[in-house]
Amino acid sequence: MQRLTLLVVALAASAGAVRLSPQAAPPQVAPAARPPIQERLEMPPPPFSDGIFPCSNCHASMSVNRTRRPLSDMHTDIVLEHDEEHRWCLDCHDADTRDVLHLASGERIPFDESYRLCGQCHGEKLRDWRAGVHGRRTGEWNGHKGYLLCAHCHNPHQPRFRALAPKPAPRPPRRPGH
Amino acid sequence: MDSDERNPTGMTRRQFASVASAAAAGFLLTACGPRRLREMPRERLRKAMADLEREYSAKYGTKVTVSDAGPMPGVLFAYALDLSRCIGCRRCVYACVEENNQSQDPQVQWIRVLQMDKDKGVDFTHADPYYQPAEVPQEGHFYVPVSCQQCRNAPCTKTCPTGATWTEPDGIVVIDYDWCIGCRCCMAACPYGARHFNWGEPSIPKGALNPHMHVLGNRPRPKGVVEKCTFCIQRARAGRYPACVEVCPVGARKFGNLLDPDSEIRYIIEHKRVLVLKEELQTMPKFFYFYAT
Repeated sequence: MQRLTLLVVALAASAGAVRLSPQAAPPQVAPAARPPIQERLEMPPPPFSDGIFPCSNCHASMSVNRTRRPLSDMHTDIVLEHDEEHRWCLDCHDADTRDVLHLASGERIPFDESYRLCGQCHGEKLRDWRAGVHGRRTGEWNGHKGYLLCAHCHNPHQPRFRALAPKPAPRPPRRPGH
Repeated sequence: MDSDERNPTGMTRRQFASVASAAAAGFLLTACGPRRLREMPRERLRKAMADLEREYSAKYGTKVTVSDAGPMPGVLFAYALDLSRCIGCRRCVYACVEENNQSQDPQVQWIRVLQMDKDKGVDFTHADPYYQPAEVPQEGHFYVPVSCQQCRNAPCTKTCPTGATWTEPDGIVVIDYDWCIGCRCCMAACPYGARHFNWGEPSIPKGALNPHMHVLGNRPRPKGVVEKCTFCIQRARAGRYPACVEVCPVGARKFGNLLDPDSEIRYIIEHKRVLVLKEELQTMPKFFYFYAT
């Protein structure tokens, strides 16, 4: 009887130990999941071309054609230079709910959260952007920081920056007699 | 012979007394003269600012405010510039000129953008500040904007014979334009060419004056004094980003508090490849260059 009690106590203790050890692990992982800076993000509305949004204005009455093809009737001004071999419109734009985007998981996101979509491939840029290191900062260094969406600086269809005309060079110093 | 032995300097009692009294009078006169800004009591400083505001408002015909905001406790300003992003467009140079009331003729610019060869790396002997192609960035080149590096071990402040330039507790190296005598020792001492001298009477075009001034920063300078970047002290001490940070079209410029572990600057130093210019000189700049990619 005494031996049985001992066995039961030992079993209970080992079960407890097994249960305890996974409990000890999670607190080490959890805090890294969400950077504290994220709460402070505030951005201007997404930069749509004039009269283009909401997309459902036109698309609501149209049937969905999921075939990958060059567009000829509309949106001909959009030239995709963004991994164009592998991507096309409906990889980012949602076919069923026209006014939103979707992630690879199928989760639908509004245009003002488009940075989550970009971050699926450009994860390290998203991380830097959240920390305030990627992208232009405005506002206050110790208070309200102004953020921009990826699409404010990068055209999502042609994200590479275009070359710019530089401002005038400084005048070389004048020397006597010249 | 006998008198020479007893009085080797050849100075009489009368001569000594007159020299000594002249020295004492000179010392008293200097002590009563204009005080340095950093030694001024608060109320006298406020009155001096009001005088400056009146003077500049009358001279430029707009309402001017001159701040004397001091350093915030627990703040040490630092700057970081992403060399992998800068395209050399010089937007920062001209935003700085406007914000900080720099003279346009003769031309004074606190930021100098150097074009460098990718083959040679960061090499000042082959740097070109006068590049002017139709479009930037140019193939095979990268760009290094240089302004005051706000050194922790600043050689410029050590050479100043009048104590007109010093490091503030928040890390900004400032100049008191009233105490600068224009000897330009600090310019010779600065290894970055970041200090600029007003050889002529500075001129700011009408309507281009930024009326929000700081006494140690962007207030109009007279001819014959040295000036330089102050991290936009009038903005930084009001909690704002410097003008160059906000204007950079590629987001290469970062600014923040080195003592705040959550600041952008600390993130960059902890996660990116960081360098400072002319590290071997032990100037210990608070202006960092980094590569984000």
